[in-house]
Amino acid sequence: MVFHLDKCIGCHTCSIACKNIWTDRKGAEYMWWNNVETKPGTGYPNKWENQEIYKGGWEKNKKSVSLKGTGKSKGLGNIFHNPYLPKIDDYYEPFTYRYANLTNSPEGDDQPTARPVSQITGKNMDIKMGPNWDDDLSGSHDFAQQDINLESLSQAEKEAMFQLEQMAFFYLPRICNHCLNPACVAACPSGAIYKRGEDGIVLINQEKCRAWRMCVTACPYKKAYFNWNTGKSEKCILCYPRLEAGHAPACMHSCVGRIRYLGVILYDADKIEEVAGSSEANLIDRQKEMLLDPFDEEVIKQARKNGIADSTIEAAQKSPVYKWVKEWNMALPLHAEYRTLPMLFYVPPLLPVMASLSNQDNQQQEKIHEKGKQWNVEWIYDTSTDDLWSSIRQVRFPVKYLASLFGAGDERKITQIIEKLMAVRIYRRWKTVGDITETKADKTLEKAGLTRELADNIYRLTTLAPFEERFVIPPAHREEAVEMMKDTGVHKGSVGFKI
Amino acid sequence: MNFLNTFLFIVLPYISLAVFLTGTLYRYKNAKYSYTSLSSQFLENKKLFWGSQAFHWGIVFLFFGHLVGFLFPKTVIAFNNQPVRIMIIEGAAFIAGLLTLFGILVLIIRRLTDARLRKVTTKMDWTIEGILLLEIVLGIFIALSYRWGSSWFASVLSPYLKSIFTLNPQIQAINAAPLMLKLHIAGFFLLLILIPFSRLGHLLLYPIRYAWRPYQRVIWYSNRKKILK
Repeated sequence: MVFHLDKCIGCHTCSIACKNIWTDRKGAEYMWWNNVETKPGTGYPNKWENQEIYKGGWEKNKKSVSLKGTGKSKGLGNIFHNPYLPKIDDYYEPFTYRYANLTNSPEGDDQPTARPVSQITGKNMDIKMGPNWDDDLSGSHDFAQQDINLESLSQAEKEAMFQLEQMAFFYLPRICNHCLNPACVAACPSGAIYKRGEDGIVLINQEKCRAWRMCVTACPYKKAYFNWNTGKSEKCILCYPRLEAGHAPACMHSCVGRIRYLGVILYDADKIEEVAGSSEANLIDRQKEMLLDPFDEEVIKQARKNGIADSTIEAAQKSPVYKWVKEWNMALPLHAEYRTLPMLFYVPPLLPVMASLSNQDNQQQEKIHEKGKQWNVEWIYDTSTDDLWSSIRQVRFPVKYLASLFGAGDERKITQIIEKLMAVRIYRRWKTVGDITETKADKTLEKAGLTRELADNIYRLTTLAPFEERFVIPPAHREEAVEMMKDTGVHKGSVGFKI
Repeated sequence: MNFLNTFLFIVLPYISLAVFLTGTLYRYKNAKYSYTSLSSQFLENKKLFWGSQAFHWGIVFLFFGHLVGFLFPKTVIAFNNQPVRIMIIEGAAFIAGLLTLFGILVLIIRRLTDARLRKVTTKMDWTIEGILLLEIVLGIFIALSYRWGSSWFASVLSPYLKSIFTLNPQIQAINAAPLMLKLHIAGFFLLLILIPFSRLGHLLLYPIRYAWRPYQRVIWYSNRKKILK
């Protein structure tokens, strides 16, 4: 999976598509398997990135990695009370409104109102928190400024960032990462959670879940949710019934900005433990090394030997994810330092970083506070291509911040990608507008490590790629799976076209 | 009275064992989904810490105490031949009893006072909590009134329970037992009956296998063994 953050417009269509299909049920009202956060922000549940509170993910030990807040001893010992479990209020209390009042109220002197009611207790309530309460930086003091990723910045940098004239943000859509080293699977005492071999989807067997709720703690992304009504944990299932029928997951299918890409990645599963335990500086590179070249004869041979269908290998060769992550090196995992080896990669955003007060608008420039000017140092790659991109010097988003999200702290990881994104833009600008010289365009490409051909490909997949190039989904070979289930009658009507 | 005793200590135990065994197995086979601890920690966390920790650790200790007395009566009696030892066992059990009582009281108050929790509490939950409270209170009073239970449990109750399992029920000893003890025993069999029909089923499912299973789990739907052969 790849999410191209430059293209996300923050419309929440993905969240709604997901909610309508999967979590519009009692006990699941508060769940957003797919949610879109504003960054900087504390996200959903509140402060989920702060593992000092929630103790999610893995930490390095001498041999490899161990679970931070769960695991065998902690999981079995804390089974009567899990000290690191988020509460419903860390998400929000789900609510609806008494809409019927609007039409059923008797005639009177006042306008009828639709009061909010709790979807748990059914009683009137005051809404204190909701999904995306901090959307578009609202309530910055309580949310955006508490973002733990800002910790790496200096006080002055932080203050400058929240100056009105300087404020910038971007959207971070999140679903389950379907990790290679999933902490939720490892933390489940019942063994109810598993990764599907065929497609890597991480699922919770509802029949085996016993509400020991360790997965909620273990997932550092807080993407395992506890259904308080059924007493079972639930999570994103990557719309597997849709996938098996060849459709893209609902969130991806409905994406207005077309930011999402889905494809097969072949990887070397034997390396998982070793890679998860590598040093923080190497984590991302090592993870990428695990992802195998689907054109490599040796890889194809081994994949076939392991029972991977030819159609799956073919899909891996056409995978847009492989292009973004491996070929072009333009996508990074979110918070690799949690060591779950997430398989959702993000192309970091260029626009909020680069967009600045335009040079022409001197009035605005003058308004910048001293502190703001202090912040105008070259935090980011300067493409040095005359005036057009000189505003880079006035970047609004410290790369350090992005590095804390996507680079496991390594700024170079981000700037490399920003360089490429910029180079493609400059190259396209030369091609379509023509106010940049050809040599300049080529020079920029070269500097970013791209060729014209690569830039064309990147441009195509970014902007023009139709559905079947963005989602390359191999046949699920249900016929084989069905054989395994022995009694097909049991599953009749439970999967397939109905959904 | 004799009829009642026969019913409570011969008929009821067999009914409850039969219902417990068939019920839990049937449920495990046919309604596996219904097995869950239905944790309410997600809705209320602070009081649960005190209630759940105290109750669970207390009752686990007491359960295994009773079990040891039942399974190894001679060992217990032999162990108890020194007053110091008996004091230690009984003292520990009594503290566990108080801990359990404290726990269940917190849990009951918690469920009574929290609006969210009332929504996830069923009549069966209240029934179980009521019986448990009664059992714990009775147990504490028995410990206080009829001293050195660890010894007389081993010598009086253990043979009775054994007689039930050997299909040769002997209830003379129970007939002569005080009312509190009778109620305590009858309450246990009642709880046993309710296990298949309530959330109590979770006590059979403590995930001990987790201790030795590998952390990661991958399931293939295609026949891997055939492929990798």
